[in-house]
Amino acid sequence: MMRAPQWLQLLRHAWLAVLLLACSPAWAHKPSDSYLTLDVRGARVDGQWDIALRDLDMAIGLDGDGNGELTWNEVRARHDAIAAYALARLALASGGAPCPLRVTGQLLDQHSDGAYAVLRLGADCGAAVSALDIDYRLLFDIDPQHKGLLQLRHGGQVSTAIFAPDAARQHLEVAGASSWRQFGDYVRHGVWHIWIGFDHILFLLSLLLPAVLVYRDRRWQGRSTFRAAAVDVLKIVTAFTLAHSITLTLATLGVVALPSRLVESAIAASVALAALNNVWPLFHGRRALVAFAFGLIHGFGFASVLLDLGLPKTALLLSLVGFNVGVELGQLAIVLLFLPLAFLARNTVLYRRGVLGVGSCLIVLVALAWLAERGLDVKLLA
Amino acid sequence: MTAPSARRLPAWLPALLLAASCGAAAAPYIPADGNQVVERLPSRADPVQRELRRLRTALAANPQDLGLATALAQRYIEQARIEGDPRYLGYAQAALAPWWNQAGPPDAVLVLRATLRQSTHQFAAALADLDLAVRRNSGNAQAWLTRATVEMVTGDLAAARASCMRLYSRAPALVVQTCLSSVGSVGGQAAASYRQLLDVRARHPLDAPGVGVWVATLLAEMAARSGDDAAAETHFRNALALGEPDSYLLGAYADFLLDHDRAPEVVRLLRDKTRVDALLLRYALALQATGSPDARGQTEALRARFHDAMLRGDTVHRREQARFELALRRDPAAAVRLAKANWQVQKEPADLRILAECALASGDPEAARLLHGWLRSSRIEDRRVAAIAARVRVPA
Repeated sequence: MMRAPQWLQLLRHAWLAVLLLACSPAWAHKPSDSYLTLDVRGARVDGQWDIALRDLDMAIGLDGDGNGELTWNEVRARHDAIAAYALARLALASGGAPCPLRVTGQLLDQHSDGAYAVLRLGADCGAAVSALDIDYRLLFDIDPQHKGLLQLRHGGQVSTAIFAPDAARQHLEVAGASSWRQFGDYVRHGVWHIWIGFDHILFLLSLLLPAVLVYRDRRWQGRSTFRAAAVDVLKIVTAFTLAHSITLTLATLGVVALPSRLVESAIAASVALAALNNVWPLFHGRRALVAFAFGLIHGFGFASVLLDLGLPKTALLLSLVGFNVGVELGQLAIVLLFLPLAFLARNTVLYRRGVLGVGSCLIVLVALAWLAERGLDVKLLA
Repeated sequence: MTAPSARRLPAWLPALLLAASCGAAAAPYIPADGNQVVERLPSRADPVQRELRRLRTALAANPQDLGLATALAQRYIEQARIEGDPRYLGYAQAALAPWWNQAGPPDAVLVLRATLRQSTHQFAAALADLDLAVRRNSGNAQAWLTRATVEMVTGDLAAARASCMRLYSRAPALVVQTCLSSVGSVGGQAAASYRQLLDVRARHPLDAPGVGVWVATLLAEMAARSGDDAAAETHFRNALALGEPDSYLLGAYADFLLDHDRAPEVVRLLRDKTRVDALLLRYALALQATGSPDARGQTEALRARFHDAMLRGDTVHRREQARFELALRRDPAAAVRLAKANWQVQKEPADLRILAECALASGDPEAARLLHGWLRSSRIEDRRVAAIAARVRVPA
């Protein structure tokens, strides 16, 4: 091959270099980046990966007819190639075991510098993820200035990393970034669960409704002192708390396990029985005992929620305690709201017949519907 | 608490931005119409793209071919300048991959590596490459020239002048004079530099692509700094007539027009050029000056671009960003922070101008000290900067 003498070639460079440098270039936009978001929940990792169409075109060719106008049809025709190219350049592993990635969908999005292919990702790491090893190699071979911007979400926290050719492999802690923050998250989960868990609330209320009354001479009478009512409430709440804490802990640690259908049905039955007791006294003197017995069942219910949330291995105990504290705080809020109101209203007809009578009957009906739904696996209530 | 990964980042800012950027982009979608054009790319029919692809294919077959690799890298660098797309700089680096991490790569690679490094503001590394190149071969004109430019950008005017001097008898007269006049015009010899460059251009014209535009743009900027508006206008028009203008020339001319309350002309000039951030900035400024309702939307688009650029940890946009904060967002405190940070790195006339404007708007004493210090030590003559500086109180 004929080539100009070296010095001439160097001279030719010179004018270019001067031009480039003397006129500090006005860049169209930033260099190439991809945006990777990973969301870790237990053993699952879900993600989204935004890669510039311009970069994909450079790497594997998207513009079928080469006219410079890339249509959605042209992108769609290359979806398999895009997925294969991208997946070959990203690897996740947890605890030494790979988490095989899949592309579950492809869309488009507009970033400030152009259109991006959006790859929805899914991976299963087999076991709960406490740290993620990420190996990122997208585009580094054709554009070493490319960067991968990662946003890793886990347990309400976000951590970030930037991948570059000299930082292609990174190890990111998923749990334990902040134990207290995590503890706080689980406290919130606990509070939230008791507030949206109507079965637990109704069970507790059913047991508490008669606490401001006393069953004497085959009829309900108002308690004379607030103190007496409060002591009754305290006994019931303590018994319930003690019981569900025991089973919550045992079930979360995997010491005992019950089928969830049985647990959910038993919880519904417990609500029905507790409410029925208010209309048809079955165990009015021993409500604390009943609270304890059924509290054991409710504990299994809490545990299934906690296990669904996914527990970080590194902070198992802390999250367990946090969740339990949250449940108790939520419960306490309900009691603090209930007790003064009920005590004030205890001698009214509205309370005795309306709330205690009609209310309990309604609770029984709802609970029986739950029981049927959960026991028979049918849908009755909206 | 910081995640362990974040600690590896060079600065905390990108991590913070990245963490806070959830939902910064619009929601992903699937276009309703398959024929909808979703992106515009360089056309494969374009002769430049065909040439680049041909070289790339040849290099892929023989990646160790030094001549081929440097030729391709050079073409990519050129294309980066023309299109204003920094991706080409990455492609250029990839072409040099076999030599990129070597301590002492071949001379041609050294100079190209320095060029690429300076484009990402790795000035010290760029100078180290150039020093090695001229130590190996003091006749390497290209290395001296690149060295002069890096030294000028970083404000080492004495060194830049010395590097230009080494070009005598090693480069064509017009190149030597352009180098010297570039330095002299910001170093206390504005009038002489301008006159000499005009003179040498007339006596030793150089028929090389791009050189005419380059010299005319420099002359226009020199004339504008000295206040000779008519001459500046003529030089700019000359440069614009020499072919499809590059983004640097458009930006410089737009600034000239904005300085002379000719914003409507800027709107017309840049309407179709807003893909380039620096030109979008001028376009938005012009819209604002003409009271256009579209100014807000363009300012928002610009904000998103700066945000995304900062996510990756880049700091090469600070000059433009300072101007954006000052003139469009009207946040002098943020602007002066950026202008001062930019000044630590770059000391070209445009960097001084934004530093001066920010110093005046914010009353920041350090910016005022930097401004007056530089005016004294460099003896730069710039009518507009001088007028601003006269209103900036020198801190005791």
